[in-house]
Amino acid sequence: MAKRFEPKIVAFLCKWCASAGADLAGVSRLEYPPNIIPITVPCSGRIDPQFILQAFKEGADGVLVGGCHTPGDCHYINGNFKCFKRVTLLKKMLRQFGIDERRLRLEWISATEGKKFARVVKEFVEELRKLGPIKVT
Amino acid sequence: MAVRERVGVFVCHCGRNIAATVDVKKVVEEISKHPYVVHAEDYKYMCSDPGQKLIYDAIKSKKLTAVVVAACSPTMHEETFRKVCEEAGLNRYKCEIANIREQCSWVHTDIEKATEKAIRIIRGAIEKVVKNRPLHKIELDIVRKCLVIGGGIAGIQAALDIANAGIPVILVEKSPTIGGHMAQLSETFPTLDCSQCILTPKMVEVARHPLIKLYTCSEVIEVSGYVGNFRVKILKRPRYVDEYKCTMCGDCADVCPVLVLNEFDRGLSLRKAIYIPFPQAVPAAYVIDPESCLGFNPIKCGKCKDVCEQEAIDFDMKEEIIEEEVGAIIVATGYGLYPKEKIGEYGYGRYEDVIDSLEFERLLSSTGPTGGEIRRPSDGKIPKRIAFIQCVGSRDENHLPYCSKICCMYTAKHAMLYKHRVPDGEAYVFYIDIRAAGKGYEEFIKRVQEEYGITYIRGRVSKIYEENGKLIVHGVDTLTGVPVKLEVDMVVLAMGMIPTGSIELAKKLKIPIDQYGFLQEVHPKLRPVESVSDGIYICGCAQGPKDISETVTQASAAASKAISLLTRPKLYREPLVAEVNEEICSGCGVCASICPYSAIEIVEGVARVNEILCAGCGTCSAACPSGAMQLRNIEDKTVLRMIKSMLG
Repeated sequence: MAKRFEPKIVAFLCKWCASAGADLAGVSRLEYPPNIIPITVPCSGRIDPQFILQAFKEGADGVLVGGCHTPGDCHYINGNFKCFKRVTLLKKMLRQFGIDERRLRLEWISATEGKKFARVVKEFVEELRKLGPIKVT
Repeated sequence: MAVRERVGVFVCHCGRNIAATVDVKKVVEEISKHPYVVHAEDYKYMCSDPGQKLIYDAIKSKKLTAVVVAACSPTMHEETFRKVCEEAGLNRYKCEIANIREQCSWVHTDIEKATEKAIRIIRGAIEKVVKNRPLHKIELDIVRKCLVIGGGIAGIQAALDIANAGIPVILVEKSPTIGGHMAQLSETFPTLDCSQCILTPKMVEVARHPLIKLYTCSEVIEVSGYVGNFRVKILKRPRYVDEYKCTMCGDCADVCPVLVLNEFDRGLSLRKAIYIPFPQAVPAAYVIDPESCLGFNPIKCGKCKDVCEQEAIDFDMKEEIIEEEVGAIIVATGYGLYPKEKIGEYGYGRYEDVIDSLEFERLLSSTGPTGGEIRRPSDGKIPKRIAFIQCVGSRDENHLPYCSKICCMYTAKHAMLYKHRVPDGEAYVFYIDIRAAGKGYEEFIKRVQEEYGITYIRGRVSKIYEENGKLIVHGVDTLTGVPVKLEVDMVVLAMGMIPTGSIELAKKLKIPIDQYGFLQEVHPKLRPVESVSDGIYICGCAQGPKDISETVTQASAAASKAISLLTRPKLYREPLVAEVNEEICSGCGVCASICPYSAIEIVEGVARVNEILCAGCGTCSAACPSGAMQLRNIEDKTVLRMIKSMLG
């Protein structure tokens, strides 16, 4: 039997919401696939689009960006809005690189949403399995 | 040329928490091959004393320049391990935590894959710690003053504790008086203390305390700043009565021609447009309700102003915005009841004699609309058969999935007090389970059931309807499996508790709430009164349903946290703020334009960061087109290297 494709995902998680949500998923022992490699940053507004491009360049099949819920949850007032704008623009550019924009996923996950974190990872892994390995030209 | 880094990696088993899913021996073996790593070892409990000693000794003997501890989330033990590193002579930022428990071992079962993931996470942490610069904390002054939001029993207790420690307090209450829901209650379980009798001395103490500044009819509308140095804007609505001139003589209310429903009595009585919520209100002054008062049109009315000998009434009072600086904030915004309208099957609104638990408290209270006699709202008759229904809204997937915690106890109290007032009456309680955990609570329930002969029926009520002037309660006794049809004169619904006002306020304070809108504590067991934001503490029912004794305990806990913060000589904060490389910066100003804290300005053609204002979000760094603006220790090149090594 052919081995199932295991996508590699880099997750940029803000410290206050998404990473805390991931911690809660852990504390609650909510299982999700191990395909995800987390990198915690202070705010989703810190995520420079070049980080995302670098992740694709280094072989990530998908990139997850996790921040606080809009509009008012951001610990730094509105970093999540800035992140939203940057990711939206970057998705348009990804097409030009021949990267399916579904490989970049933005999610708002609060510190109390451990369940949502686990669900998002599961869904994203499934989606990337369908999309197959990334080919950057 | 920089010093070649010598990294030590310490992999924790956390008993079996990590070791059951991550092959720690393999992690050590693999990570030892990393070019920077000169020492790697695993240990059962790295956070234990011997574990900490391992790290200390290795730093000394192997001359480590940086340390990675692969263990639980940094929110747990980052501080522990950074202290060990400092003791051994390293800078605290030359220690990083690789979270291989919450974000790895606890969420995976495949040992091989979890081990591989743990190695990747550790590789990222190594890149980070190598790139981290040694930094020192930034020293800050503290404003020795505390803001308490909410003037119920939680806010009152917290304000008194802090003020009694010699620290000035600003107490902000939305309504015209402090006291909160506790002022509405008749007697408290399980001792049957008169609620107002034990509360009002505390209210008076607040009013008289030289260190407490009380703002009623007020709301916090804006909060900025950070621990030790918050700036707060308070909107103070006009009372239209000068609280210092008013003598509470009541002449004004006597002549007021307007009658509206009295909210303090939950609409069971009427009040005038100029009124006091209850006789012991603090501040002791009348207040005009501008919604119903006719006096704002001088042609229509103004009778109260004419009779007020003190000339305390002023229709021209305006809203004020008050700015205050405080070092700490306590949030105690309390609770409300779940809207009864949402539970249509119980007929609230259709049947006057179906009332909620707080309305029943008012009927029981000697200051209530009936002077403490139990008379039903529809015709003023004494109900001879009464049904109490517990868990209305609570523990219900369609409404509130959680338990509101206090309803079992106050319903038992209601039934007992009913029997005190109507000795020949019959009382029935519908319940799902009896939860009476607390000192003297179980005994209280037993007493109600056995000595007072209250009938407890286990089961939910499906509907309530009216037939021949009686209320018919339909349910099922789940212990016998027999349907129950009960004819009663009055029904009391034990409504679930919901937070009030905490959702909007939490946004202003940048603190999280849970899925129900209750304020979220940092750790449910060990940090139950702290919010994630330093210097902001939470207590009372805004944090979750609880009774008075728990509320008071928690309020005192929050106060002691605030006191221990505000009595420190200095505050220190993380130096992880933005920094500009002036040689590269072109002064384009993109960073300054997007900084949410106005912490950046362009001076002589280059960006300059105000370290005190900068909160370290790093959005400037993400936007800087030249890479001149960097967030300390989370620089672009660091993150890029982390990505490379974690994926490689």
